[in-house]
Amino acid sequence: MGQYTENELAKDLENQDYKFGFVTDVETETIPVGLNEDIIRLISSKKEEPEWLLEYRLNAFKTWLTMSEPNWAHVRYKKPEFEKITYYAAPKQTKKYESWDDVDPEMKETMAKLGISLEEQKRLTGVAVDFVMDSVSVATSFKSKLKELGIIFCSFSEAVQEYPELVREHMGTIVPHTDNFYAALNAAVFTDGSFCYIPKGVRCPMELSTYFRINAGGTGQFERTLVVADEGSYVSYLEGCTAPQRDENQLHAAVVELKALKDAEIKYSTVQNWYPGDKNGVGGVFNFVTKRGLCEANAKISWTQVETGSAVTWKYPSCILKGDHSVGEFYSVAVTNNHQQADTGTKMIHLGKHTKSTIISKGISAGDSQNSYRGLVQIHKNAHKSRNFSQCDSLLMTDHCGAHTFPYIECQNPSAQIEHEATTSKIGEDQLFYCKQRGISEEKAISLIVNGYCKEVLNQLPMEFAVEAQKLLAISLEGSVG
Amino acid sequence: MIEIKNLHANIEGKEILKGLTLTVNAGEVHAIMGPNGAGKSTLASILAGREEYEITKGEVTFEGADLLELSTEERAHLGLFLAFQYPVEIPGVSNVNFLRTAINETRDAKGEDPISAKEFMAMVREKSKIVELDSKLASRSVNEGFSGGEKKRNEIFQMAMLNPKLAVLDETDSGLDIDALRIVAKGVNTLKSADNASIVITHYQRLLDYIVPDFVHVLHDGKIVKTGNKDLALELEEKGYDWIKEETQVG
Ligand SMILES: Nc1ncnc2c1ncn2[C@@H]1O[C@H](COP(=O)(O)OP(=O)(O)O)[C@@H](O)[C@H]1O
Ligand SMILES: [Mg+2]
Repeated sequence: MGQYTENELAKDLENQDYKFGFVTDVETETIPVGLNEDIIRLISSKKEEPEWLLEYRLNAFKTWLTMSEPNWAHVRYKKPEFEKITYYAAPKQTKKYESWDDVDPEMKETMAKLGISLEEQKRLTGVAVDFVMDSVSVATSFKSKLKELGIIFCSFSEAVQEYPELVREHMGTIVPHTDNFYAALNAAVFTDGSFCYIPKGVRCPMELSTYFRINAGGTGQFERTLVVADEGSYVSYLEGCTAPQRDENQLHAAVVELKALKDAEIKYSTVQNWYPGDKNGVGGVFNFVTKRGLCEANAKISWTQVETGSAVTWKYPSCILKGDHSVGEFYSVAVTNNHQQADTGTKMIHLGKHTKSTIISKGISAGDSQNSYRGLVQIHKNAHKSRNFSQCDSLLMTDHCGAHTFPYIECQNPSAQIEHEATTSKIGEDQLFYCKQRGISEEKAISLIVNGYCKEVLNQLPMEFAVEAQKLLAISLEGSVG
Repeated sequence: MIEIKNLHANIEGKEILKGLTLTVNAGEVHAIMGPNGAGKSTLASILAGREEYEITKGEVTFEGADLLELSTEERAHLGLFLAFQYPVEIPGVSNVNFLRTAINETRDAKGEDPISAKEFMAMVREKSKIVELDSKLASRSVNEGFSGGEKKRNEIFQMAMLNPKLAVLDETDSGLDIDALRIVAKGVNTLKSADNASIVITHYQRLLDYIVPDFVHVLHDGKIVKTGNKDLALELEEKGYDWIKEETQVG
């Protein structure tokens, strides 16, 4: 029998395997490794881009060359060799799928292995999915239904071709290419991503979902997502990510921009399960992502993330609360295990009057991992009567993992009200014993306790996604019975 | 039902149980009384399978099985239930989810199918009435923000839901006002049958006005030093524990 101790949990957790470690035999088309102006021109011409976009890329590249990698995050890793990365890898069939039936069976299988069966999702929930495999969008569905409402939901490349004026108007306005090293790199070499536009007053009737996945070896994934919710509209957007198991580190540097115009609401949910590397810390995805949203008057942006993957995560979904009475929310669960490192959090920039933000962050650290919350709450001079509430909890599973909290508060308006709560706890022997006395196995007990601990965040996810997230948490903490 | 023979147990090198012997048969209610620090909770924890304790000697047979060889959850599956002296809070996990998991894990261990949602909810409704537990509490997080009395009633509610063979109640009466005490006792009495048994650990006699025990044992210095009927409890109430201590030392 053997009593359940944290040390044993630590051991058991090391034995859990990454469930999505497989490579699909879809032929991919890649371009030579390396990064220079010619590569960028090549990417742009392959995608038949307009001149302004090529200019944008080249401009970003020039800026990038002058920048250096940020090193303030609480993470250590060997810097990616940007010269050795392939910046473009696309599934070879370039044909666009008219219907779901046309999609390569191999690819469908891949999606089934992702844990979320697209077919099932489609049938059960009416989710429209835009599947991005190795940077090129290969399947979109429910497009015609959305079209009736005037909603645009397509790959970024398609948007560039079909709606260039919309893309040009909004792209880079929230995350400019000068923002940071990885945002600049992304702006220079991004291959695809998703674009979404909700017209005035329209409530999007279904969850819009994108699945990202890194497949080919030695590639970097640089996708861009742009969501524009016009006045008074509403959209809920889901993003899921996985990557196959490889020894080398793969780089993922995405940019996500959200724009919620007056009275609009955007709910953006992510379940991230990139390959975290093996138990010795070999391989795994470097996830350096810039996500930011802008709220005009009375608008609301809500970020929800469940992060269980990646070797190194560096990610701060943020809200610029520009308009009066706008609202920003950040709900996060970050699980780290083995040698994973996560430095994640949010920035809430209060510019408008009566703006309000809520931050709920739940960190779970196991193995030798390091889990950091880094958050900035900034109240500007004119942000009268603004409010923030932050709660940052850390749950430790072993004695040799780390949890760190770095809350920064900058307040220039005395009428603001800022509350910050933080707790750190170890998974309780008493709770485990109580569960076991009622007949619940250790494994189930841990899963119950952890899910309970994350409930406030999981509750924010759409139902089906929440179920997937719970499964993912269970997988991350699986194998705890010796 | 359960047979405890010459049980010796240590914690952190200190001997707490020093040769405890007790037999409980189906249909019986046993009360264990004793001063603070006598080892009552230690006994309950050891029976439930808490592993900080080192068993140095003795044996325990429960429903024909060697209890000390079983894991905590296996003991629970066999029908052992402990109402905790200090019930534990599990934030974010609803009482109903917790209980459904517990019931299904037990069923699974016995090779039975999971309980249907309908059957389960009907059971929740029925059993929560026994302890007059507000149905709202059933959907709240396990013990979180419950008052002391609510926590204790919740323990009895869980007991009713799990329908154990042997229930060990560790000071379920402490901290209860007279109404709560009556409700808890009513719960225990309602659940009593010829097939199950309970061990009621208590510090005070007053619970035994409501739950009438077949036997009263006095636990002192890690041993059962005196056994009697209900009247022994009254005697203890009147005279305290000192005379027992003296008597033991003389003996
Ligand atoms: N975890 C522990 N570590 C050290 N001593 C303990 C521990 N638990 C109980 N004890 C000691 O064991 C003795 C019996 O405690 P307990 O069983 O709780 O008594 P009771 O329930 O009869 O009041 C006490 O002296 C107590 O201090
Ligand atoms: Mg006690």
